[in-house]
Amino acid sequence: MRGLLIRDLRLAIRAGGGFGLALAFFLIVVILVPFGVGPSANVLAPIAPGILWLGALLACLLSLDRIFATDFEDGSLEFLATAPVPLEGVVAVKALAHWLTTGLPLTLAAPVFGIFLNLPGGGYGWLVASLALGTPALSMIGAFGAALTVGLKRGGLLLSLLVLPLYIPTLIFGADTVRRGVEGLDAGTPLILMAGITFGTLALLPFAGAAALRVNLR
Amino acid sequence: MVEPLLKVVDLACARGGLTVLEGVSFEVASGSALVLRGPNGSGKTTLLRTLAELQPAVSGEIFAPEDTVAYAGHADGLKGTLSVGENLTFWGSLFGFGDIAPALDAFELRDLVARPAQSLSAGQKRRLGLARLLVTGRPVWLLDEPTVSLDVAAVGLFGRAVERHLAGGGIAVIATHIDLGIDADVLDLSGFRASAPQGGAFDEAFA
Amino acid sequence: MSFWEYANPRRFMAFTDRVMGPAFVLAAVALSVGLVWGFFFTPDDFRQGSTVKIIYLHVPSAFMAINIWVMMLVTSLIWLIRRHHVSALAAKAAAPVGVTMTLIALMTGAIWGQPMWGTFWAWDPRLTSFLILFLFYLGYMALWSAIEDPDTAADLTSVLCLVGSVFAFLSRYAVNFWNQGLHQGASLSMDAEENISDVFWFPLLVCLAGFFFLFLALVLLRTRTEIRKRRAHAITLRERAA
Repeated sequence: MRGLLIRDLRLAIRAGGGFGLALAFFLIVVILVPFGVGPSANVLAPIAPGILWLGALLACLLSLDRIFATDFEDGSLEFLATAPVPLEGVVAVKALAHWLTTGLPLTLAAPVFGIFLNLPGGGYGWLVASLALGTPALSMIGAFGAALTVGLKRGGLLLSLLVLPLYIPTLIFGADTVRRGVEGLDAGTPLILMAGITFGTLALLPFAGAAALRVNLR
Repeated sequence: MVEPLLKVVDLACARGGLTVLEGVSFEVASGSALVLRGPNGSGKTTLLRTLAELQPAVSGEIFAPEDTVAYAGHADGLKGTLSVGENLTFWGSLFGFGDIAPALDAFELRDLVARPAQSLSAGQKRRLGLARLLVTGRPVWLLDEPTVSLDVAAVGLFGRAVERHLAGGGIAVIATHIDLGIDADVLDLSGFRASAPQGGAFDEAFA
Repeated sequence: MSFWEYANPRRFMAFTDRVMGPAFVLAAVALSVGLVWGFFFTPDDFRQGSTVKIIYLHVPSAFMAINIWVMMLVTSLIWLIRRHHVSALAAKAAAPVGVTMTLIALMTGAIWGQPMWGTFWAWDPRLTSFLILFLFYLGYMALWSAIEDPDTAADLTSVLCLVGSVFAFLSRYAVNFWNQGLHQGASLSMDAEENISDVFWFPLLVCLAGFFFLFLALVLLRTRTEIRKRRAHAITLRERAA
């Protein structure tokens, strides 16, 4: 299993910008927002938590379709399915590799982007905490969606349509954590609820993802 | 009497919702090989995928010890940006069988070990794909057209690798058109073609 | 005779052939009685005036929108566990009816909301939940139509329906957390105190029955169509093989 993780990370790095692509997308979203809503700090500060979470979510979405597609096309997935590792584990490791190349860099870079959006001082800690706890769920849900659509020729758009509604609870609690942090309210409640979703997702979706992969491999 | 490693009884397999093979029965004993023949579309790939448990059998039974099968399909499962050595090491570690040196030697890949797989020729890629079988350490090889894009010398290499595998007590089920120069039973699948169900009777499975 | 015998397509076709007609008749009768009663023979609400009468469309369609998803969840589970094709096809057949019900509930809600709240749309938890349900229906139907092999499509959409149900449930509570709403309390509560008064309640029950029978008739009709399409698919495959 560790071999699979190392291979996937190595592939992400060698493919050119495995880490960079999601970050660059996040950066562009954050830069474009002030052009759309105006440069005033009074406008930017209240919407900053939502924009940061939305940007991270969309950046995550960008690379989902590659989670299984390349392995499906070159036959690796068939070989993985007959290997002495559970397919559920393969799904979980793939989601972890996706998180390490997108969710983690996004989490670490988010405070810098927060400055661009005039995120008030109280929000930074909550921003990092909520992204660190929430983005694993985004990767795991995304891996499930990618497993559902792996056999389809134009699965990318369909994948977004399937995955985005599943992201709603995480987005609500994640952005709310930061918003409450900014306003000095108790941000612990939404953070804990979101962590609950994340852990539930991590526990259950590998099974759903593996079931979908088995169907797609038939 | 050698205990059969792979035994198939009255197996029926489907492709795209349609049963293509039925009544397939055979045994392959440890140390022997079975060559599958039949025209295109006769169900060779379908049978091999069913044996590998990638798809469920329609009916019948497959007896094989658990986790003994290595399946090599049309695709080689290679990553272009990884080197030959990294590709093999990955599969070796996944199957818990670390040493890639014998596999490199068997398919004369030692000189290519540091080359990225995307720079290989089609035949070299195929050799690497077949070398993957050796690093799995699995006794049952299921091979689908293994000699595609191989030249005569490489086919010879492959034949010798299969012979060594059989001599070590392994077995191989190979779908191929060419003569590999190995001692093997032949099973012609055109004799097991499923007859289309007659009339308008639709059962639960719409088949 | 066991309930599962109807999972045989032939039995199902024979049985539904007899049931479908009466279901359409019942739907027509109940809807015309319920709507005419509701629209013309009930008093205006003392606060909401005549606008309240839209509940005879709004409440039954919303009720059906949720319950059709539940029905799809159950039939998907039956397909995954017992592999009855009819069950999977019934789920497929129900989805467009469900999405239409969701759309009716959303639109009647918007029309009702304009005079009551002064806006067609508010990000109220109930409205938002229905919008999310609408997205789930869309995704489910899109996945069905994207996959060519019918069994693969049935398997994958069933898995999606299962996972989607869990997330739809989570979304419902997340949305409540996110915004306390404008929407009035439930019209159909087991708690009599909260319920609307009997004058509105009885025609509403008739309308509910009408919507239910309409759904039943439509879903049977569509399932029968899906079964025939599935048969045609099987015949094409056979002919290609022969």
